[in-house]
Amino acid sequence: MNNLPLTKGFLVKQPGMLSLIQDAGRFGAFNIGLTNGGPVDLLAFHWANRLCCNALNATAIEISIGGLTLTAQVDTTLAVTGANMPLTINGETKALWRSYHVKAGDVIALGFASEGVRCYLAVAGGFNITPSFGSTATVCREGVGGLHGGKLLTGDVLTCAYTPAKQNLLLEDEFITEYTDEIILHTIPSYQQQHFSSHQQRLFFSNEYTVSKNFDRMGYRLTGQAVTCDIEGILSEGICHGAVQIPADGQPIILLNDRQTIGGYPKIGAVSSIDTAKLGQLNQGGKVRFEPISMEQAHNLYHLNLSRFNRTELVACD
Amino acid sequence: MLENINIHIAGENALILYFCEQKEGQVSTNVSLKVQQAEQVIRSAMEQELAQDIIDLVPSYASLMVVFNMMTTDHHQIRNKLRILLQSLNDNSKGSCTAYEATIVELPVYYSVESGPELPLIAQRAQLSVEQVIALHQAQEYRVYAIGFAPGFAYLGEVDERISAPRLSTPRMKVPKGAVAIADRQTAVYPSVSPGGWNIIGLCPINMFDAKATPTMPVNVGDRVKFKAISKTEFLNLGGVLAVSYE
Repeated sequence: MNNLPLTKGFLVKQPGMLSLIQDAGRFGAFNIGLTNGGPVDLLAFHWANRLCCNALNATAIEISIGGLTLTAQVDTTLAVTGANMPLTINGETKALWRSYHVKAGDVIALGFASEGVRCYLAVAGGFNITPSFGSTATVCREGVGGLHGGKLLTGDVLTCAYTPAKQNLLLEDEFITEYTDEIILHTIPSYQQQHFSSHQQRLFFSNEYTVSKNFDRMGYRLTGQAVTCDIEGILSEGICHGAVQIPADGQPIILLNDRQTIGGYPKIGAVSSIDTAKLGQLNQGGKVRFEPISMEQAHNLYHLNLSRFNRTELVACD
Repeated sequence: MLENINIHIAGENALILYFCEQKEGQVSTNVSLKVQQAEQVIRSAMEQELAQDIIDLVPSYASLMVVFNMMTTDHHQIRNKLRILLQSLNDNSKGSCTAYEATIVELPVYYSVESGPELPLIAQRAQLSVEQVIALHQAQEYRVYAIGFAPGFAYLGEVDERISAPRLSTPRMKVPKGAVAIADRQTAVYPSVSPGGWNIIGLCPINMFDAKATPTMPVNVGDRVKFKAISKTEFLNLGGVLAVSYE
């Protein structure tokens, strides 16, 4: 292995709607107001890295909606997971959820998602991006992370190492996430929960909500049965991932990876991370229901899911 | 027993410590110092025995959010560890508040209806003139209670009760960079374009966050901030931008 800096990798021919460099996220910089960033669908991101035999937090690309075209400048292995986006390599249709060896000059293109919103494209060894504040995760609102603090642009070069051809791997169909447009969000009642009357809590947990046109990596604004809180504002306080904020208009906002770190709207609870990953694949019009769970149930769900992920073996393919 | 500290659940991997009973819109310097001390105690434990267990902390006016690692601990365990740590805080700090020499930072603001669309609303509610609202906002020296929401967003308190204002019932999709705004008795300068529900009363031309600069921010928690009115010309000369949207 030589120590020359990497100068080649993938050239961005078309950046698509919103393609972002992401590792697992930025932690430890909340005190200066930097949020986590990182993949909204963490599970799909982890699978993309596993298919490339990478560390789980290796830097990959999160492609929202679609339209990304890259030209390979080196030989390497790549994999795409997540939303159902048509993938082609040199014009030939390829499957997601498996790895491919690509050669310098190959053109990798993603169309537009038919189900779900986001895809993850990982390469062997991960993209070689200099971390900012300890992470490569891009948060556009902050202008932090990635190559230049923003989404990928035409002409960007994402460097990565040359990797010789190796055994390709795939994830079997039965383990592949199905993206539906109706989901249950397991939610831990927390924060200002006691300031919502039992009637208001019942309304919240028994009604269906619709994803409004305002949904992004920061948060999903929902519309549906308004929920009223006894108090209007609180002293601004730390907001965790998945927190469900209820502003005065009563319409819930679920806060995700690019959320503000501190805020002053009352919160009724927080959605488990397994379910925020699913939420992040919903489009406008998607339907959600909230189901209350305890902290212990959330802990169990998390570890069961993790154990399932770790037990699932990838299968060799051509 | 822990005095006036309540540990609540925030999310699947987060607890939030509330210091004393929260009263709507009210802040206290003593509580804020307590939060700072607790943060320091936990941060030093994060360099030793809690290095694996605690991922990050979010201090604020009267609360401290603790994000923990679900791979090494759970909320019962982390609660117990926090209780023990904070116990030592109670024992050691009784009556002894570290004297803190605060830096005073002056921030220029172009106050006007053009740059601060909620000025008339606040004036009307307080039965004051717009000029009086502007004067009241500058009269106070504010303390930096917390940094968060967005990089470089410093929460300052407290504004004169007469010009306090509840958040907008529907937050704006885009608050311009440099917006000087009020929510309840808090005031702040938006460091970058972002969604937000605060009442905008002016624009500040100073960069509140620069990832490439050292330090990255002009203020720190505990500092004092004063606002000073400037004219439109001065604002533009200082690099301020007026062609902004208030969607």
